Order: sequence, then C-alpha cells, then structure tokens
Amino acid sequence: MIKISINGTVHDVEVEQDTPLLWVLRDVLGMTGTKFGCGVAQCGACTVHVDGTPVRSCQLAVGDVGDMPVVTIEGIGATPAGAKVQKAWMDLQVAQCGYCQSGQIMAAAALLTQTPAPTDADIDAAMAGNICRCGTYVRIRDGVKRAASQA
Amino acid sequence: MDMQPSPSPSGASRRDLLRGLAYGGLLLAVGLPLGRLAVAREDAPTVFAPDAFIRIASDGAATLIMPQVEMGQGIYTAMTMLIAEELDLPLAAVRLEAAPPSDALYGNPIFKVQATGGSTSVRAYWTPMRKAGAAARAMLVQAAAKRWQVDPAACETQDGIVRHAASGRSLPYGELAAAASHMTPPSDPPLKDPKTFRLLGKTQTRLDIEAKGNGTAKYGIDALPPGVKVATLSSCPVPGGKIRRVDDTQARAVAGVRQVVVLEDLVAVVGDHMWAAKKGLDKLVIEWDEGPNATLSTESLRAAMHEAAKRPGVPVKSEGADVRPGDAGVISASYELPFLAHAPMEPMNCTVHLRPGACEIWIGTQVMTMVQAKAAQAAGLKPDQITIHNHLLGGGFGRRLEVDMVDKAVRIAAHVDGPVKVVWTREEDIQKAMYRSTYGSWLSARLENGKPVAWRHTVVGPSVIARWLPPAFSGGVDIDAIDGAADQPYAVGGFHVDYVRHEPQGVPTCFWRGVGPNNNIFSVESFIDRLAREAKNDPLDFRRALLTANPRALQVLNTAAAHAGWGTPLAAKAGERVGRGICLQTVFGSFLSTIAEVAVGDDGTVRVRRLVTAVDCGMVVNPDGVISQIQGGLVFGLSAALHGRITFEKGRVQQSNFHDYRVVRIDEMPAVEVHLVPSTEAPGGIGEPGTTTVQPAVANAIYAATGVQLTRMPIDQTLLAKGGRT
Amino acid sequence: MRGTTKRRALIAAGVVVAAGAAVLAHAVFLPGPLDFAKGTRVSLADYKGPSPTGVPKELANAAVLERGAYLTAAADCQACHTAEGGTPYAGGRPFKLPFGTLYTPNITPDAETGIGRWTDADFLKAVHKGVAPGGRHLYPAFPYASYTLMTDEDVLAIKAYLFSLAPVRRANLPDTFSFPFNQRWLMAVWGAFFNPGHRFEPVADRGPEWNRGAYLVEGAAHCGECHTPRTLFQAMDTRHKFAGGQAEGWNAYNITPDQTSGIGTWSAPEIEAYLAQGHAKGRSVASGPMREAVELSFSKLVPSDIVAIRTYLQSVPAVHTDLPAPAGPAPRDHGTAVAGAIDGKRMFEGACASCHAWSGAGVNSADAQLTAKRAVNDPSAANVALMILKGSGPQVAGRPYMPGFAGAYSDEEIAAVANYVTARFGAVASTITAQDVARLRAD
Repeated sequence: MIKISINGTVHDVEVEQDTPLLWVLRDVLGMTGTKFGCGVAQCGACTVHVDGTPVRSCQLAVGDVGDMPVVTIEGIGATPAGAKVQKAWMDLQVAQCGYCQSGQIMAAAALLTQTPAPTDADIDAAMAGNICRCGTYVRIRDGVKRAASQA
Repeated sequence: MDMQPSPSPSGASRRDLLRGLAYGGLLLAVGLPLGRLAVAREDAPTVFAPDAFIRIASDGAATLIMPQVEMGQGIYTAMTMLIAEELDLPLAAVRLEAAPPSDALYGNPIFKVQATGGSTSVRAYWTPMRKAGAAARAMLVQAAAKRWQVDPAACETQDGIVRHAASGRSLPYGELAAAASHMTPPSDPPLKDPKTFRLLGKTQTRLDIEAKGNGTAKYGIDALPPGVKVATLSSCPVPGGKIRRVDDTQARAVAGVRQVVVLEDLVAVVGDHMWAAKKGLDKLVIEWDEGPNATLSTESLRAAMHEAAKRPGVPVKSEGADVRPGDAGVISASYELPFLAHAPMEPMNCTVHLRPGACEIWIGTQVMTMVQAKAAQAAGLKPDQITIHNHLLGGGFGRRLEVDMVDKAVRIAAHVDGPVKVVWTREEDIQKAMYRSTYGSWLSARLENGKPVAWRHTVVGPSVIARWLPPAFSGGVDIDAIDGAADQPYAVGGFHVDYVRHEPQGVPTCFWRGVGPNNNIFSVESFIDRLAREAKNDPLDFRRALLTANPRALQVLNTAAAHAGWGTPLAAKAGERVGRGICLQTVFGSFLSTIAEVAVGDDGTVRVRRLVTAVDCGMVVNPDGVISQIQGGLVFGLSAALHGRITFEKGRVQQSNFHDYRVVRIDEMPAVEVHLVPSTEAPGGIGEPGTTTVQPAVANAIYAATGVQLTRMPIDQTLLAKGGRT
Repeated sequence: MRGTTKRRALIAAGVVVAAGAAVLAHAVFLPGPLDFAKGTRVSLADYKGPSPTGVPKELANAAVLERGAYLTAAADCQACHTAEGGTPYAGGRPFKLPFGTLYTPNITPDAETGIGRWTDADFLKAVHKGVAPGGRHLYPAFPYASYTLMTDEDVLAIKAYLFSLAPVRRANLPDTFSFPFNQRWLMAVWGAFFNPGHRFEPVADRGPEWNRGAYLVEGAAHCGECHTPRTLFQAMDTRHKFAGGQAEGWNAYNITPDQTSGIGTWSAPEIEAYLAQGHAKGRSVASGPMREAVELSFSKLVPSDIVAIRTYLQSVPAVHTDLPAPAGPAPRDHGTAVAGAIDGKRMFEGACASCHAWSGAGVNSADAQLTAKRAVNDPSAANVALMILKGSGPQVAGRPYMPGFAGAYSDEEIAAVANYVTARFGAVASTITAQDVARLRAD
C-alpha cells in the first residue's frame, strides 16, 4: 500500500512501487485529466506538479513521490497561478482538440509561479517540452503573457 | 473536391422514424463529454423533434444532435451557431448530443457517410443546419400563431421566445414545443439575410473551452466503464506479418497482468492498469512470421514509385496544347513527399465490452457508422447490436477516419471477460499505424513571352478514396489525389493532368491533414516559382499575371504580399541567408496565400521566422475559430516541412516516438499572422488549407535565400550548407 | 676531420638504434597484469585459502551447467557474440576497426556454422591462445590475452554451457580487413609478445577477496580490454593499467583510484552499485558497451563477486590523466555560461529538460542527473554525444530510459546540445563538431 497526496487528499493505492504516477492517477484513481501522450517524457501531456515542480508523471515512479504533494489539472485551479492560466486559456480560446492542454496549463502555471513575468525565452525554456499537435503555440505564448499580466 | 451538398434531410418517413425513436426512448444519443454540457437533463421530456437534429423539451431546453465530431476544429461551436442563428436561440441555451451511428440520418451531405473530415463540415452543413433551425422556428411560430389566432408573419422570435408585437403576447419555445410538433414542416423555410445575423460571422466562445482547461473533457482514452481492464498490444512490426510463437511466461508473472491474448496478427497483454499491461508486453518473447514485406525499405518503395511514374496515367484534364518532358524548350521537374504518421496527441485506443448479442464501444472517432460496421464484422454481430459512445478526439488529422483500432480492440475483447480498454503505446501508434503515403508529381511546361502556354502534371500516388469511399472512385481517378492539380488557379494555356495510381507495397495508407493537395500544392507552387525564374520574373508578379481571371485568388495573394512586405529588404544576421517564398492555393473551397520568411544558417540549419497567411474562406461562421484553424494548420504543415518523415528498413518503420518522429515545438515557432479577407461567397473549408500552404512557401523561401530548390520534403539541411552544392 | 665525422655519425647511428631498440623493448616488453601488486605469486595449488577461481561459494554445489552459465555471464560472451536483434551467441555483431570490419562468430553448438564440432582441447586453445581449430589465428578483438588467465576447468564449464544451448545455423560473415591486417599469421607474432599465455597465479600476500577480484577483473571480466590504453602494437599498456581507453567510439574512463580523473573519491557502495545496477548516484550511469556489460554480466554476479571486483579495482596504482574533476552544481542562470551555444539550449529545452531539469539535477530520477556525471565532465563530449545519438539507461521493462535522438536531430544539433550540456553542467566546455558527431553516428 502506497500513500500519496493528490490535490490535498491522501489516497492509498495498491500498486507496485515502480508504477508511473501517470497510471496511478488515470487507471487506479480515475483522475483522467492528466493525459498519456508518449511515455518517454518527450511530449509533456502528463505534466503534474510534485512539490511545486513540473514533472512528467509518465516517468516518475509512484514509489519515488513519497510525501511530496502532487497537484494535477483537476486541482491547479485552486492555486493563484493555475487560476490565472486557466482564465487566460479561456479568454484567448487556446485549446483546439485540448488533449495536450492539461500538460500545457500545468507547465505554464509552474512557470508563472517561478517567473511571474516571463520573457519569450523563458516561455520557450519552460514550454518547449510540451508538444501540441493542433499547433496552438501562438496562443499558448499569448496565454502565458496574458496570465502574467493579470497579477 | 467538387461535390455539392445534398438537400437537407426531410420527408415524412424519416421524421416519423425519428419521432418514434425519440418518444420510444430508443434514441441512443449520448451526452457529449463536455463537463457541464454533459449533464443530461432527464426531467423534461422531448416534445418537439422536427428533424434529425433538433430536440426541444417541454421546459424549453434545446438539444442539437451533433452529427460531426469535435477534434479541435471547433465544429461543435460552429454547428451550434448555425442552428441557434436560425432558431433564434441564445448559444448557451443549446445542449449537444453526439448523434448515434446512422448514415441515413447523419451522413455528411458531401460524403453521404457519417464522417468528419476533408474540411467539409461547415461546407456541408452551412445550408442544412440553418434550414433545420429555420424550419423548427417556423413550426414554433405557427404553433404560437395558431394559439393566438394571428398571422404567423406578424410574429417574431428572439432568445427562445415567440412574440406577437401587436397584441404584446409572448410564449417561450418550451410551452409551444408540443403544439409545434403537430405543425407541418415548411418545405423550404426562408433563411435569414446574412446582414441580420446575430451569431454567424461574430466570434463566439468555444463551447468546449472550459472543459478543456480543467481536466474534465473526456476523450476516448478516458472511458472508464465499471470493471474495465486495460490492454496494450503489439502487432507485427512488418506490415502484414503474423505471429509465429509467443512465450508469455515472464509476462504472466508481472504483478497486475491478468491475461495474454494471442491472435493471428497481434498479441495483447491485459492488466489491471496500463502499466501492468505495458510491462507485461515488454516481457513477451515474440517470434514473428514477417511475411512478404520483410524486405521493404524507403529506397525500394521510392524506386517503385519512380517506376510507376513511367506508366501512362489516367487522363483527368486534357485541354489545348500539350507538352512532353524532354521536348525542346520544355521545363520539367518532379517533386516528392515522404511517408508520414499522424501522431495525434491522444494515442489510438478503443474500449470494448463484448457480451453475447451485444457490443458496447467507447471511442473518439471521425466515422461513427464505419466503427459500427467494423465492430459488427469483428464481433460477428449485426450493426444494430453495436452501441457506440463517441467522445472528443485528442486529434484526428485523418487517423481517426480509420477503424483498424476498432477491429483489433473487438477481436481482443472477444477473449476478455468484461470491458477492456485497448490503449496503444506511442511506439505502436507510430510504428504499426496507417500512414500518409509518399506521393510524387511530375510537371512539365513551356513558356512563351514569359508566360506558360502548355502545362502537364502527372500525379503519382495511392488511392485512399478507392478503399475508403469506393463510390467516389470512378474512372480510375482519385478525386482527392488530383485535388489541387486538376483545378489549379493559374492560366497556363494547354492543360493536361494525369493520375497514375500507385499503391506502395505493404504499407497501409490513409488520409492525412491536407490530403491530396499536400502533394499538388507543394509541386504546383514550387514549379510556378521555377517557371518564374525561367521567365526571369518576380514570383509575385509572375503569379499575378496568370490570375487575371481569378479575382479571389489574386486578392488573397495581394493581401498576403502586402502584409508580408514582399519586395522589402529582410534583415539577416552574420552567418545566415534570408528569403521569402509564396504559396497560393484554391483548394477545400477556400483561397489562401501564405508567405514564408526563412533564415538559413551557413551550416544549412533552417529557421522559419514568419508566416503570413491571407484567407478568403467565404462566409465565416466563427471568425476566431477560422484563425485558430489556420494557425494550427500552418504549424502542422511546418512540422511536415521541417521534420516529418517515416522511413522503412527491413520492412519496419524506423521511427518510434517523439524523440525520433519529431514535430515542431514552441521554441521553433515563427511569428504567425492570419488575415481574413471579408467575403460573401459560400463557406469554404478551413481545417486543412493552412497545412498545405507551408511546404511550398518555405521551399520557395529557401530558394530565395540559398539558390537551392528543394524538390523533396522534409527539408534536407545537408543540401543547404553554404557552398555545399553548386 | 673526416674520421671524426664518421665516428660521430656512427655514434649517432648507434644512439638512434639503441634508442629505437629501447623504445621497441618498452613497447614490447610490458609488465604482466598483476606485476604492480608485487608480493609472491604462487600456483593455484599452493595458494592458502579459498580458491579465487571457479564459481562463488553460493554456487559451490551447483551443476556444471549452472556454473558454466555463471562463468559465461562473468566472461560476458553474449555481448560480443550476438548481433543486434539476433539470437544470443549466434554471432554476427560487427566491430568496425580502422582497417576493416570484423564480425563475431557463431558460438552456438551448430556443427556446420557454430562450434559444435570443437573438442575440449580446441576450445581451450582458442580461449587461452587465440588459435582456432585448423590453426587459424584469431584477432585480439577476442580478448584471449585476458581469458588466458582462466583455469581449464572454468573455460570448459563455459563450453559445457554453450553446448547446452540450442544450435543456431547462421554462417559466419567474413571480415573485411585489408592488407596487411588480413594476414592472420601476424597474430601469432602478436600473441607471442602480448598474450601472457599462462593461467592465473594468486598473490600469496593478498587476501582471498583481492585474489578473487584479480581473477575476475583480469580474466573473465577483461576490464582492461577497454579501460586500459593501448600501445602502438594494440597491446594493453599495463604501465597505465585502467587509465582509460576506448570502446566502439565510447570513452572507457579511468577506473584507477586517482582522485580527480579516476574513481578515487567513489565510495565502496558507489562502485558496487555502478557495477551491479549500472548507476552510481551522482557519479555515472553506465551507457553503451558498459551498459551491456552491466546488463549481461555484472548484474548477474553474486554480491561477493562484486565486492571482490571493487576491492581489486581500488588496489591498482592511481594513474593521473587529464580528465578534469567533475564540476559542482550548475549555476541557476544559464545565460552567460553558454553564450554561443544557443541552438544547443533550444534542443535541450525541447527534448532534454523534461527529464534532466534546467538545473541538471534530474527531474524524476537520480539516473537523469547530469551534474557531476563523468561523461558530462569529459571535455571530448564523445560519450555525451553518443548517449544523445543512441540513448542510455536500462533497456529493462518498467525502468525509465533515455531514447536515442539520432533519427530526428542533425549532427549540428547534437553537437550543439552536447557542447551546451558540457558547458553548463560540466567542468570544461566541449567543442565537439558536427563532423565528430557524424563519425560517432557512423560507428
């Protein structure tokens, strides 16, 4: 039995230690907002926050999470940066198919928490690990800037 | 494609059938997976169902039965706007339900099958959906007029209410719905004058936007029927290969693995969750019988295409003076595109619960009825024994016009007790997929006085249409494969277009965003630039002179050129060469011109700095939605131009995941500008045209920067190093 | 005058000849593998204490096949005698050498294409002397100069194990060596000089653990074949034992106890974890040929043998080479440290930072840490570039690994990101070029 804190709630899960957090969230806890895209940390769709850091949950064993708090797309709206990003994403109609957007929003929220007024280079550095096949990058960049300006 | 929408569905028998379905509780509509929109309101019964698309309940709630699927293109919003406009309902008052599978009721008026693709949705439904809304509105007005004993023409509608101004009376739609169902539907209800549109042509918030920002939007891969197990699979890495032997000893020992299903052509591991299944799959020892395709390679496939190009093609167009390669004074060139994977962010998946006499399916698909037919075939059931829960699509791009994932999942489910979600790993998704085929174009032209007087274009490629929509494949010509070749916008004198059907051995091919025009726009626009050079003319001026009879094309070209600053100097840093390139196209019923600006490093590295696109897509439903689709389409095309390539060696796809099947990331993004040209023409498609403009615009810009004309995609940087080629 | 000149010329010639002879002698007469240890060498029979040869005590009562399997793993026969994707031990793996390509032979017991007809004597002669049946001399890519230390009993246990495998019919591929390297008889000369040609002799003054380690390291595990630099004649330069060599383009690092360029600062558990699991936290992750050695060989050894290997490695003379000491944590601001490597940063942010983090500390697992890792602190950046090209980490179900990026990134991009990584996370910025990467890619 592994104890894990997600969005402020502690869950007991019965899985092997090496199970990636992604599958614990999606298949064991039914929290499907975090998405599977590649399984090798190349696309960012599975991004969650672990102890405040954006992490690819497809490559993080649940046994390595320990007592670090996990925040997912389902809980990011409760954080100031997350709420701002979600609003900016709505205002600018960023999403198309939307599948990668959980990860994009998680990456953007982490960026704004660390760097409240990011430059284009900061946005590239923080967001380049998140692929969007629909090609919403123009609006993702604008969305980060808009969220940053809503201080 | 040059097909006309069919008339809107009408007629008593269909209406009666529908009404029966609705009242009898048989309507298999599924609440769309959109968070707040998904909450089905069971309290008020539907009392007014004038056609296949509209339901109004006694409490006034309006439901749109959505025939098209949402894969990011914003069609839920656009279709709802079409109905709500004519029905005079506020957008927020319309609830959506995914249509059940039925080609008869929900067939795309262009394809006649229930499919979302080819940038057809708004083109196909622009009139039918508005007529549906207008007819329903007319019946509600008739019901009110009858109750009030007034002339229907004296009644008005607004925000779900019928008013009679003279008497000051008004009734909400809900109270009129039951009575309206007894009115005679008008055969040809008048449509609003576009000048009076409240919604159409004005940017509306996407109906799916909130759910897509908070994790509540549900895709096929998110289906969690009670007791569902998760399976992942491996098909033969060589297309057409079979299983010879599987040793699953180690796989079965993995904690959480429940079952290993070995079929003729694939093996699947079923587990409590994806991780168990994936770990189990990795531990299988599989021996394949690779079959006849085990020696395929990119080179062998390419050589076969070149061989095919020597065959005489089927004539598509043959007008005026002819021209043959090799004749004196004839300019000739050939252009080629590689195999590509779709790589939508949501990997292929399909959830199936197969029981005796019934099969339930959870999926995100572009083709409901094809899923139904394929599931029925794989399960040995009748189509009406198949229930489908369609979901949002995490990207389609043509991949979800196919049903191979349904076939595999149903065959696996036949061995599993209870529901099973079959999820493809990304590696499976890239390596055992269906692919955008290689295509080639062979072009020749003759110039006189700086203008083409004869033109010949031979298109070589497979016919996806012949397999996917056989009725549309006639006379040996694939109307998709030649789209953009047979109807290019320029006045070129004698005009000859041939089609050589060539199916690449063993490789399953399918549609890919931009479809046939990807090949034809790339080749025609590259060749036009070549001719401009031969004519010693500027690429913009050369095009303009050939467009005098095509004012819409000329206008988007001029608009893009003005915004891009065509002809003005470009800044270049030390160690790089810069240039601009044009693409103009008139496919998918829309007119687009894209001007690319590139910087090529001395080492050959290409950076696309800016893309400026002008669009005339006729009347626009949701302007921001159009801009969004063009922006996205440009990025999809840019990924193909810069990185896209599926290669084969020993029959196997050599790419496997995003580390080696590369797509554009945010840090490679150029500045993107999209300019809408106002138009009152019939609506055109907007999902795909952005994609097809990029490769030629970038290739032409690279020529401007380097003097190297690329004739194959993706860009081969080794050809572009300074001094690397003479 | 003339006489003086002539005499001077003769003296000069004499000096040159003598110097040449000395250089030649220096190159030809090398210390034996255990000479550094001094002490008294004794025969195995005379050694007091548990035998350093054979299998560990855990397998003392095991059947010969099990013993053979263990020793086959210890000798890592599978790594070289298996083609990519091929049946284990059926051979066919290419080794690209400067003078041609060598394909390893089939060592399954197939009578026609494998070693099914070999007698015990044939097998011993091949493994100890590098001479195959029919007198054909083997190239020293086959490490018989190390295997020669193994006892007859151990070598024959390996043979018994190999003969228990299913025979695989796979004809050997001819090598493509050009003249004079295709003259196999020359290998007899090489062997005469550079094959110690005798079985292991323990050092009486050293404990059983050390002697067991020596037997494994110098014999079966043949560590020096990659980690010891080569002389002009391609012999292991035992004067610089374990000071670092090359393996298929990869740098096989200094594993002597030198404090900066070697593993002198590694703790015992770190060395043991590296061998048994392929990763010493904050030190190094096994990649390339060493990853194979870990997965196919060291990870299959019992803990006491890993301890013995570590004990022996820590006893060899420290050799200082020019590898710098690994740098500490990376600066938070990467802007100034890597000016000029801007493209490298772009690839890093898209493809690398998700796992390795901008700090280089690794996001999800210690395996992904870049800072302090040996490869990142190697100014040649060869191993960094190879890891980017070919991937790294365990190819084991359920463990995170690094995929290879060769398929989608150009030589320029890979050179740029390798230089970015060494500049930002290592001790010295590398200047690997696209041409270097192209060569590594081709290897």
